[in-house]
Amino acid sequence: MRSNWISVPVLGILLLLTSLAPAQDTVENVTQVEEPVTQEADSLSGEMTGNEAEAEGDQLQPVVEEILPEPDTELDPPGGIMVQDKGNDAGDQLLVSFETPADTIGIFAYHVYRREAGETGEGSWQLAKIIPAVSPPEFIDGYDPELPIEPGVRYEYRVASVNLEGQEFFSEPQVAQEIPRGEFYHTGKTRILIAGALFIILIFYYFSKAQRGIEMYMRPIAGIEAIDEAIGRATEMGKPVLYVPGLSSVADVATIASLTILGRVAKKIAQYQTPLMVPNRDPIVYTVAEEAVKQAYLEAGRPDAYDPDSVFFLTTSQFAFVAGVNGIMMREKPATNFYLGMFWAESLLLAETGSLSGAIQIAGTDAVTQLPFFITTCDYTLIGEELYAASAYLGREPKQVGAVKGQDACKAIIMTFITVALILGILDLVADTHTLDWLRRLVTSPVIE
Amino acid sequence: MKRTVPLMIVMVGGILMIIQYFIPHQISQTIFEYYTDWAPIIVAFALVLGVGSLTRIHSHKIKRRAQNWPYSWAVLIPLYTMPFLAHIWPQSLGGGMDQPSIYHFLFMHIQVPIQATMFSMLAFYIASAAFRAFRAKSALATVLLIAAVIVMLGQVPIGDLLGKWLPSTGLWILRYPNLAAKRAIMLGVGFGMLATNLKIIFGVERNWLGGAGK
Repeated sequence: MRSNWISVPVLGILLLLTSLAPAQDTVENVTQVEEPVTQEADSLSGEMTGNEAEAEGDQLQPVVEEILPEPDTELDPPGGIMVQDKGNDAGDQLLVSFETPADTIGIFAYHVYRREAGETGEGSWQLAKIIPAVSPPEFIDGYDPELPIEPGVRYEYRVASVNLEGQEFFSEPQVAQEIPRGEFYHTGKTRILIAGALFIILIFYYFSKAQRGIEMYMRPIAGIEAIDEAIGRATEMGKPVLYVPGLSSVADVATIASLTILGRVAKKIAQYQTPLMVPNRDPIVYTVAEEAVKQAYLEAGRPDAYDPDSVFFLTTSQFAFVAGVNGIMMREKPATNFYLGMFWAESLLLAETGSLSGAIQIAGTDAVTQLPFFITTCDYTLIGEELYAASAYLGREPKQVGAVKGQDACKAIIMTFITVALILGILDLVADTHTLDWLRRLVTSPVIE
Repeated sequence: MKRTVPLMIVMVGGILMIIQYFIPHQISQTIFEYYTDWAPIIVAFALVLGVGSLTRIHSHKIKRRAQNWPYSWAVLIPLYTMPFLAHIWPQSLGGGMDQPSIYHFLFMHIQVPIQATMFSMLAFYIASAAFRAFRAKSALATVLLIAAVIVMLGQVPIGDLLGKWLPSTGLWILRYPNLAAKRAIMLGVGFGMLATNLKIIFGVERNWLGGAGK
């Protein structure tokens, strides 16, 4: 113990000294670099004598005489304005492109003006886009919410070359060749449609397979099997069970999965007559959780044991909610803590405080960034999809089990795909061939074009 | 009826939203915006229920003189004072439009620092959790410990001093094995979400209905 007290400050001092070392080196380097500059400046700062000034003046005059005349400030306007409907949209975007003039000297930028076809008057033109001269001469019009494009309206464009002084040299107005129209199918999402349809068919196939009574194996998950044990522990100790259904809204799938598990956990708790506490951050989740717990007590045949104050709303503020739950943990000292749902930065605050209070903790979330915190501080953790599978494990209903097997089938397809691509990719690398170019394009191109 | 109507709403709405995703037309966008506009309205009404629950619980505690009942006043007084200051008496501190209101003052000087305090506790909790977690109890735990030490040292100047290989190895660990594991989990989560959403849309999963689901 004494050696720990000594070693920590010593380590801290060592770290501080080593961090200062590179800083000291940097200071020395800068000091050394500055000296030659200082010496050079000293030699230049001396005043010139009269003879030297006269010589300098003689040398300047020919330079003044050789100044070139000002170039012609007239700029060539751009041409070839092309306006096309941008596909796969709601009819509120247009693809505008133009040809830059042959002589671009002096052009600083291009101003693109737009008005509805048929309008007259100089005031009808609105500046749609400023394109720097170095940028490609094209853009997508319609992004500016203050200058929207209406579907079905024909527009007119003109482009001006702009010099540094801001003078504009306009092209001839060009009526848009196409009218913006909305499409009824997004062709760029075809891959999503095919993959989604395939996976939905697989899931429904396993639904029907499970309903036919075919037994399907599910690997045991320690966290789910420990739920009974955890509730039993709380009952034996005479302490309450704390269930936090996440901090997200009911629109989040993790919250719905958590509420499903809450119903089953509450039923067991009702049978054992253990006190239950369910703090909520979202008011809608609070109403659903209250109904789920009430129903669970009813199904367990213990409606009289239901405490309306066991499910309550705390606050919508993230860290105020955490402070409230931490306070409950330190005061009530629950024997079992469940953290099932969506969590953010507060996950470690909750889990560490629960650990300090001596409770057995079972966590489950699909938030990848919070999983490490739960894994290090909780006794059991349901990782990602295990949270969604928990309701199937607890209830063992055929359709629920079928859905889990359908998920597994989808993952098996992806795993096969990745493995084959990996092996053939390595072979390509070794043999310097391009067998899998089509596959590489399929995997690396954007999901939505 | 109590069960059928919500299930029908969810089924029709869910299928409509799936189809809507693939239709970029203005009509489809209008339907989507119409549906999503309802969400904040429903949340606003649900907030009334939440505040009611909080008020009921703490007023019971005060009436029964339960343990720590004075702290219930600390919940109820700000709960009703802040909306009063925001809407009914939005007076500024020093008078005039240039000075911030009392509500703004209380929010910026009490709530925001308290929230920042809670967030800052994370640093100490991380240190405490790391101290307990990084123990060489088994082969896998030893691998975790070594990887954690390499990644942590790679983020600080002393790691660079000890050797150039430390930060580059730490970066490699984050970019390859760590990212691969993250992606694998996210793939599983994605399929799990798909299956759970299908179960909800087609009425297989009914626990979200609460008591009406049975």
